[in-house]
Amino acid sequence: MKYVVWIPFLPLIASVITLLFGRWMNQKRAHWLPCIAVFGSFLLSMKALFAVIHGARANFDLYSWVVADTFKVSVGFQIDPLSVMMLAMVSCLSFLIHVYSIGYMEDDPGYYRFFAYISLFTFSMLMLVSGNNFLQLFFGWEAVGLCSYLLIGFWYQKKSASDAAKKAFIVNRFGDFGFALGVFLVFLTFGTIYYQPVFERVHEIAHATINLFGHDILLPTMIAVLLFCGAMGKSAQFPLHVWLPDAMEGPTPVSALIHAATMVTAGVFMVCRCHEIFELSNVAMAVVAAAGTFTCFMAATIAPTQFDIKRVIAYSTLSQLGYMFMACGVGAFAAGMFHLFTHAYFKALLFLGAGSVMHAMHHAPDPTDMRYMGGLKKYMPATFWTFLIASLSISGIPGLAGFFSKDEILWSAFASVYPWGKVVWFIGTFVAFLTAFYSFRVVFMTFYGEFRGREVLHGHEPHESPKVMTIPLMLLAIGAVCTGWLGIPHVLGGENHFGHFMEPVLGHPHFHIPHAWEHNEAALEFLLMTVSTLMGVAGIALAYVVYIKKPELQRLLPEKVPCLYRYLYRKWYWDEIYHYTIILPVLFTARGIVQGVLDAVCIEGTVNGIPDLVRRGGEGIRRLQSGVVNTYALIMATGAAVVLLLIYLF
Amino acid sequence: MIPISWYLILSLVLFAIGAFGFIARRNVIIMLMCIEIMLNAVNISLVALGRGLQDTAAHILVFFVIAVAAGEAAIGLALVVLLFKKTREVHMDEFRALKG
Amino acid sequence: METLVFLYLALVLIVTSLLVVTNRNAVHAVLWMLVMFFHQAVLFLTLEAEFLALVQIIVYAGAVLVLFLFVIYIINLRTELKIRNFHIYWPMAALVSVVLVVLAVKAVKEFCPGPVVGDMTPKLIAQLGQAKVLGKALFTQHILSFEAAGVLLLVAVLGAVVLTRRIRFRGEEG
Repeated sequence: MKYVVWIPFLPLIASVITLLFGRWMNQKRAHWLPCIAVFGSFLLSMKALFAVIHGARANFDLYSWVVADTFKVSVGFQIDPLSVMMLAMVSCLSFLIHVYSIGYMEDDPGYYRFFAYISLFTFSMLMLVSGNNFLQLFFGWEAVGLCSYLLIGFWYQKKSASDAAKKAFIVNRFGDFGFALGVFLVFLTFGTIYYQPVFERVHEIAHATINLFGHDILLPTMIAVLLFCGAMGKSAQFPLHVWLPDAMEGPTPVSALIHAATMVTAGVFMVCRCHEIFELSNVAMAVVAAAGTFTCFMAATIAPTQFDIKRVIAYSTLSQLGYMFMACGVGAFAAGMFHLFTHAYFKALLFLGAGSVMHAMHHAPDPTDMRYMGGLKKYMPATFWTFLIASLSISGIPGLAGFFSKDEILWSAFASVYPWGKVVWFIGTFVAFLTAFYSFRVVFMTFYGEFRGREVLHGHEPHESPKVMTIPLMLLAIGAVCTGWLGIPHVLGGENHFGHFMEPVLGHPHFHIPHAWEHNEAALEFLLMTVSTLMGVAGIALAYVVYIKKPELQRLLPEKVPCLYRYLYRKWYWDEIYHYTIILPVLFTARGIVQGVLDAVCIEGTVNGIPDLVRRGGEGIRRLQSGVVNTYALIMATGAAVVLLLIYLF
Repeated sequence: MIPISWYLILSLVLFAIGAFGFIARRNVIIMLMCIEIMLNAVNISLVALGRGLQDTAAHILVFFVIAVAAGEAAIGLALVVLLFKKTREVHMDEFRALKG
Repeated sequence: METLVFLYLALVLIVTSLLVVTNRNAVHAVLWMLVMFFHQAVLFLTLEAEFLALVQIIVYAGAVLVLFLFVIYIINLRTELKIRNFHIYWPMAALVSVVLVVLAVKAVKEFCPGPVVGDMTPKLIAQLGQAKVLGKALFTQHILSFEAAGVLLLVAVLGAVVLTRRIRFRGEEG
């Protein structure tokens, strides 16, 4: 299975060549090499996938990276169900988005740079998921962060874009600090950072404790919580969620690739990969579940108030990521990965569809503002239908992908052994209602009704996007529907292929069915399924009423409860809170103390002071040379007298 | 027979007086004269030592010192004349062109 | 007897040199210096170096001092009654001189001459006269220095002439 080495390296080679020689490749040629390379990766991933389905596994080291006494790390690859699924998904989505970008980034002066960066990103993500040790994971982790920075700030001349890129990178660093500490602790505990030995021996430390500031903390808890810090940063969970909405400053294919399907799911991937450590610690599971639930709820309440179409989808991503962590927090890691898988398709589709809409609206001053859209159904049918499919999928309508994955999560939450399972289920179900509501709010505001943007488009009519953009949309729509069929649960007659496929790696969630239903598990599951479906349908119905039937209801919340509306509209004021509690003190320390005192006084003082001292000393000594001969004679005589005196004295 | 050390002391005192004059006087010509005093002081000590050690070399040296002192006085005074022609000033503390 | 002579000569030498150093009038200083040189010549005579005494008078008193006088008259030096005579730091100079003297004298006070090294015994001087003894040594052992001194004097003469000639412009010379 050595060919899997080429899966990440093909995009890397393409990226390097495009970056180095892109300026001479003319506009229309820069995209060929990355697209072909990523397609090659995709084919190799599918080959590996089929091999793994038939039972193949691989775990080999390619190149010895660090050899330092007891610390040995190599660039290595581990091919098992989890990693190969991620490889296939990432390369598939990356390829479709490469193709989409050919049309979307058509007139952009940085065309070759864009392709180089998204190929580089593809390489980083593939390295992240295929590694067999924590250091390679961390390398991929940082590299995707870098590519995210490069791509969010792609239009770097725009201040808001470069600010958003910096914000993403810096907020990520907070998480990465905890993550690095976690990796250090793993090394300290196990003496190695390869997955296989660590996870085989993880039971040894099940009851070990570590002493921190005088308190004894359970070692698995410490490791898991630290690792989860990184996941919080990378997957934008509370409290490190603030970067994701601002990351929408980047081009839409970037949002689709990075902030929907791949980079933000790295956190979930990592938690699932390390699930053995997490399962040993109830505290860590609670933390994961709490973070996921809170983020899910918070994002779902903010999304219905935003007018920027990409922001709404960004908050939708936050919310769905919350679902994935909720699943991990109740022990259903396979369900979390399944939702990750289906979510990648319908979220990427939503983003790319939004990109298509923005492409049509690009003459407007703010192409993302939904208040100037409307009635686009008749101008852009392909976009409309695919967008609708994606929205139905995310709302959990039966038969489509989102239904199966979301329901599996909710069922696992309700039935789990962990005491917070019921709370998770309750909030998850409520959020399903909100999800359907805001998703269809977007659909109705954008595609239905009258087109409101005639003035801002200066009389142009919106038109459908070129085929190179709509064909990936259609392919993704197929994915948004069919990927769910891989995980049809038993209760509906399916085999749950996905869950079985992941079982060797992710294990099986532990259930604790309430007494009354002990013999009728299937019925309970069916009931819960119905409840969540009803929630979805109710959400769609409410959106229909508010946005189509009685548009005056839109003003209800802002007028009647303005404080609540403002609180939601301003994203629960987290940005302001962080600004005052973290950013201002840090700036004060940096500018006031470090720059003002240490730099200006101490270092500058020394660096300027020494030459100054020399100069003043020189000026003083210079006065000795008066030009008058008698003075020199006096000094000579004095010198002679002093010498004699010294001789006499000693 | 007068002990040589007396001559040496006399020579040292004269030398010190000449040095003091050279350092402290402002007039160039007086300074040159003080140089002559210093040279003479050295001559006294050389002659005394020559007599004491009964070596002709000391007296020969005195001979040469006198010759050189004469030559040096000539050149020095020529320079003083030249300096006076240029600046009409003979006080040493007015010449500060080489001030650092 | 010898001691008295020596003491008198020493006293006069010191006093006249002090007078030279502190005089306002340059001509008076030269004249005091003349007195000093005469007494020094007598001192040489007491040391049985009659040739050197003669040379002292002829060269120093007769040539050098006259030269000084000539220059004083050329530059028309007047009595400096109104302006400062000494530098402002003359106390320092005096102190340094005193210190030098005190220290050096302390070192030299117990000087005892070593064993006799040369051949200029008093008998020889009484027999030949110091001039002949000096002459013999000068023209045999120290002939090189003698010639060098000659060249030096030549250079001094030429130098004095060159330094003080009037520079005419090429055009005016005709």
